Amino acid sequence: MIELRRVLTQVEDIHHEFGPPAATPLRRGAALAVIANPYAGRYVANILPFMTELQSLGLLLARRLLAALAVPPERVQGYGKAAIVGAAGELEHGALWHAPGGYGMREVLGWRDAAPDGVAGQPGNALAIVPSTKKVAPPGASIDVPLTHLNASYVRSHLDCIEVRVPGSPAADELVYILAMSLGPRIQERLGGLRVEQISRWDGQK
Amino acid sequence: MSAAIRKIVVQVDEIHTEMGRVVTPPTRRALAIAVIANPFAGEYTEDLAALITIGEELGGLLGEKCVAALNIQPEEAQSYGKAAIVGEAGELEHAAAILHPKMGASLRRAVGSGAALVPSAKKRGGLGSTIDVPLGHKDAAFVRSHFDAIEARVPDAPRAGEILVAIAVTDSGRPLPRVGGLQVHEILGKDGLR
Repeated sequence: MIELRRVLTQVEDIHHEFGPPAATPLRRGAALAVIANPYAGRYVANILPFMTELQSLGLLLARRLLAALAVPPERVQGYGKAAIVGAAGELEHGALWHAPGGYGMREVLGWRDAAPDGVAGQPGNALAIVPSTKKVAPPGASIDVPLTHLNASYVRSHLDCIEVRVPGSPAADELVYILAMSLGPRIQERLGGLRVEQISRWDGQK
Repeated sequence: MSAAIRKIVVQVDEIHTEMGRVVTPPTRRALAIAVIANPFAGEYTEDLAALITIGEELGGLLGEKCVAALNIQPEEAQSYGKAAIVGEAGELEHAAAILHPKMGASLRRAVGSGAALVPSAKKRGGLGSTIDVPLGHKDAAFVRSHFDAIEARVPDAPRAGEILVAIAVTDSGRPLPRVGGLQVHEILGKDGLR
């Protein structure tokens, strides 16, 4: 049973970073859920049941974030996830978020199983592994959520990062689970590398 | 003069439980922050009219963004507050020029009404500085259940030549108010205090 204590959504529009203003500001956002840590203060060997329960939270946060960004799923270009564990928990409790957070977000963004060998073209959306960070930290701690292109991790223009925090959380017995999305590349990206239009393997990487 | 905006950040903070008790409905506090160029950075300027105009513009823009983020009608807003952090090349009076002369009127239009003073905070700061934006009921400043604050911060702002401007709007008070005082149902709504 998930005890949801708090939800924080954040959306930012970046107009420029001291260079030429972009025609369309870059929109990025994050959704952060503060929940009770059912394993706070003790070592529990089998924590997998809670990972299954978290699937509903992954979907909820992904949908809330998409609503806050106010765009259809196909407009999302980059994503990432993170977890902050309160002081009475362990890092492994943060790792519980990998599967439910990642797959919840990918499902909302149109994820499908990889295409069979020999099938050309894009098999679905949200093909790339969702990059992540995690830590054990005090209330109000910030965390840098890495972002990559959602179909090809190596797309250089979309390698980005967004810093988030919840003032006052996590308390010792709390967990903060985070999803992040961006609608475009870095606002003044100009470092070459693999371009979005050059994605060809559709293997989640290139 | 119109604000040269580098960035806008909008947040909604919902509290579902506090101290193990369910908060029904969840409290919701919206925060809209603009990071703008300080037109008077690095020099003393006697006439701050340009910043006063910017304050008027941002009061409307950020107030409307909060109302939109809460997905409510303007009249459903319950409390509000404002704050500014001036980058190192500016002075506290620059924050005052944005916040005090004209921002309140445009913010009140964005939230439908507002007889009460808009509580405020200001300071000089650097990248990632936090500021606690005070909150008070928009129609009666003495409503004790709505005295609150929400922390605002943008990791890469303000640069020395920038100003961070924040507006907070809620559709609720504190999660579990029980310290008495004037209640919402007792508001007369005439003098801004009670």
